[in-house]
Amino acid sequence: MARQGNGEDRELDAPPLVAMRGIAKRFGDFVANDGIDLDIRAGEVHALLGENGAGKSTLVKILYGLLQPSAGEIAWEGRRVVLDNPVAARSLGIGMVFQHFSLFENLTVAENIAAAMAQDLSLAAIAARVTEIGARYGLALDPERPVWTLSAGERQRIEIVRCLMQEPRLIVLDEPTSVLTPQEAERLFETLERLRDQGTAILYISHRLEEVRRLCTRATILRLGRKVDTLDPRAVSARQLAAMMVGAEVGEVRADIGPAGAGVLEIAGLSLPPGGVHGVALKDVSLDVRAGEIVGIAGIAGNGQSELFAALSGERRADHAGTIRIGGVDVGLDGVNARRALGAAFVAEERLGHGAVPAHALSENIVLTRHAESELTWRGFVMPAAARGLADRVRKAFDVRAGRGDPAAATLSGGNLQKFVVGREMTRKPRLLVVNQPTWGVDAAAATLIRQALVDGAKEGAAIVVISQDLDELFEVSSRIAVIHDGRLSPPRPVAELTREVVGLVMGGGESGHAR
Amino acid sequence: MTLVEAVILTVITAATPLLIAAIGELVVERSGVLNLGVEGMMAVGAACAFAGAVTLDSTFGGFVAGAAAGMALSLVFALAVLGVAANQVASGLALTILGLGLAGVIGAPFVGARRDPIMQLQVPGLTDIPLIGRALFGQDPIVYLSFALVLAVFWFLFRTRRGLTLRAIGEDHASAHALGLPVIRMRLLAILFGGACAGLAGAYLSLVYTRFWSPGMTGGRGWIALALVVFAAWRPGRALAGAYLFGLASVLQLHAQAGAIRLPSQLLSALPYLVTIVALVILAARDRRATGAPASLGIPFVPDR
Repeated sequence: MARQGNGEDRELDAPPLVAMRGIAKRFGDFVANDGIDLDIRAGEVHALLGENGAGKSTLVKILYGLLQPSAGEIAWEGRRVVLDNPVAARSLGIGMVFQHFSLFENLTVAENIAAAMAQDLSLAAIAARVTEIGARYGLALDPERPVWTLSAGERQRIEIVRCLMQEPRLIVLDEPTSVLTPQEAERLFETLERLRDQGTAILYISHRLEEVRRLCTRATILRLGRKVDTLDPRAVSARQLAAMMVGAEVGEVRADIGPAGAGVLEIAGLSLPPGGVHGVALKDVSLDVRAGEIVGIAGIAGNGQSELFAALSGERRADHAGTIRIGGVDVGLDGVNARRALGAAFVAEERLGHGAVPAHALSENIVLTRHAESELTWRGFVMPAAARGLADRVRKAFDVRAGRGDPAAATLSGGNLQKFVVGREMTRKPRLLVVNQPTWGVDAAAATLIRQALVDGAKEGAAIVVISQDLDELFEVSSRIAVIHDGRLSPPRPVAELTREVVGLVMGGGESGHAR
Repeated sequence: MTLVEAVILTVITAATPLLIAAIGELVVERSGVLNLGVEGMMAVGAACAFAGAVTLDSTFGGFVAGAAAGMALSLVFALAVLGVAANQVASGLALTILGLGLAGVIGAPFVGARRDPIMQLQVPGLTDIPLIGRALFGQDPIVYLSFALVLAVFWFLFRTRRGLTLRAIGEDHASAHALGLPVIRMRLLAILFGGACAGLAGAYLSLVYTRFWSPGMTGGRGWIALALVVFAAWRPGRALAGAYLFGLASVLQLHAQAGAIRLPSQLLSALPYLVTIVALVILAARDRRATGAPASLGIPFVPDR
């Protein structure tokens, strides 16, 4: 039986603002939502909790009219409605803040907002309203700025202001804090609390349990497309919530790394021009990583992480050979293969398309990064049996669940493919491993396995660089943490000396109590 | 008529079909669709316009037939790239080959026929001003229409709500779809507009520029129009400048070939292309912001339902 949240008794007579009943959604054989019920009341912050693949995004896409349910119905204030596109949802008063922002990089803030408005307002009128709403809710924005010049936090503000322009009665936020610093997240919570107090209903999708317990009075938990329960998240522990989401107790990473050894990676004054039109330049980056330690690199997306990864992996060359040294050898001007030959291994951020070729079989993807090993190739010819054998060993060692035989990379789920690309590099026993966003968009069990593999790798003497946006992850595995902001890397400091707040401030570009 | 006046008048005639085809393709590409079939649609437009004008004995009827034929051919392209999300490059190239072939079939019975010159504006007093009178006040209606098109497209793209929707769709169709903007419908309308423009441009070639029909008469102008869109950085004003620059260079090189300049004719023939590319590249390089293509250009859109 569902436990009750705040104000339940008072509002029992009135129908909920939104009632979703028996919602099901099938994509072919795959059941994304299976008979889900969800009530949202005016003036409440309702959490939707679940792992990746639990069906949260599908459910809210149905609520926003982007997907049509295969079965079930939606009632708005007790009346049945059919939401066949987002325009219909918006006209009822449903607003949505997407996880991957639905913004147009080359258009201005005002144009981005105008594109989603029902009425045909002039850009000047929109700019005025943006300023007015910005002042009322503390969401400052410059209407004339093109979006590509803005930070993730500012982009999210556009999405929220765009929602508020239509005076919504229900706002859906999909993983809103995943791209924010802790300080930016705190400001978002204040805005949401203000909206809630004005009677706006908020559906808050997250997998960060502490946030949910801080903000929400009711939570609906989904697992594998089904509803587990609706309850008051403050009445149970974060651990219990996690167990309900995953369906089992989540293991913890044992991060008992010993003292670090000799230096393996040395970066001295690395500067690189931006890679593309919207890229970030690296400015005088220096870092030493020793054997047996994990150095975490924190930062908000788009602050030079991909450029740093490209420079370390050799996809982009440095100006001088001595700028980057691996095991005492100058490699700044060398390519990926030369660096791999020195015992380095790299795991790119995008597993499909960068880390693995989607349409190629797993064994073929093994050959892509490990072709230099004598086992896999003979005088330029690939040895398919050996490649398949190695792929099978990686699959066994990293618990990669994939189809029968030798399936294509694209057929694996995100978590399984990530385990595979990490495993492909880790089973080499690399001397240096650079990994960018190791557990991005991966389920909790896979994330734990990958983090444990990183820790174990360091214990066996590898020097490891973990670039991640997930502060919890970095605090879990790192020996030292550095922060990248606008292409500059702060000096790394031991984890014991750091708090999330301190790291968060540097991620936002401030040194101390700077609360923009 | 002085030589300078003659040059000005031929430049206008040479530039007009390029401008019309380019402005149509510009709208298509702003919506995120790359239609490489401009040459084919122009060829069919030229053939149908000439056939229509001769059959109906009406130049106006010919223009309507040309635009309608270009639009009909672009509908085939739209069905492929929007209906079944086919590869846009391959579909566009196929459209060009199809269009050139169709044009040959349609135009063959009309080889050897000629049309009278098109009616031109006559403003007593103004048209007789030396040098610029005929250039400004003595043109055919299509020339004025081409300028009106540039203005209208500029106003539509940058001053109207629907234009903003179209640009947003071209920038990021996934986001646009997530906001509920009608991606497929806007793209369909843009493709049809581009087809009508290409057909009209072809009609201008056979009804005004040459006044007869011959196979292969488009002579690569569709490709020039495509290149103009890119080098004009998807901006209507620059497409206008590019089309006239190209027209000027091609007329000047003809005069140079006829005159005493001792350069291989092939080199001179290449000159207009070179001049246009260099000029537009310089323009684009000065303004970094404007060089970006619509980010979704050429990427098939498949909504999940």
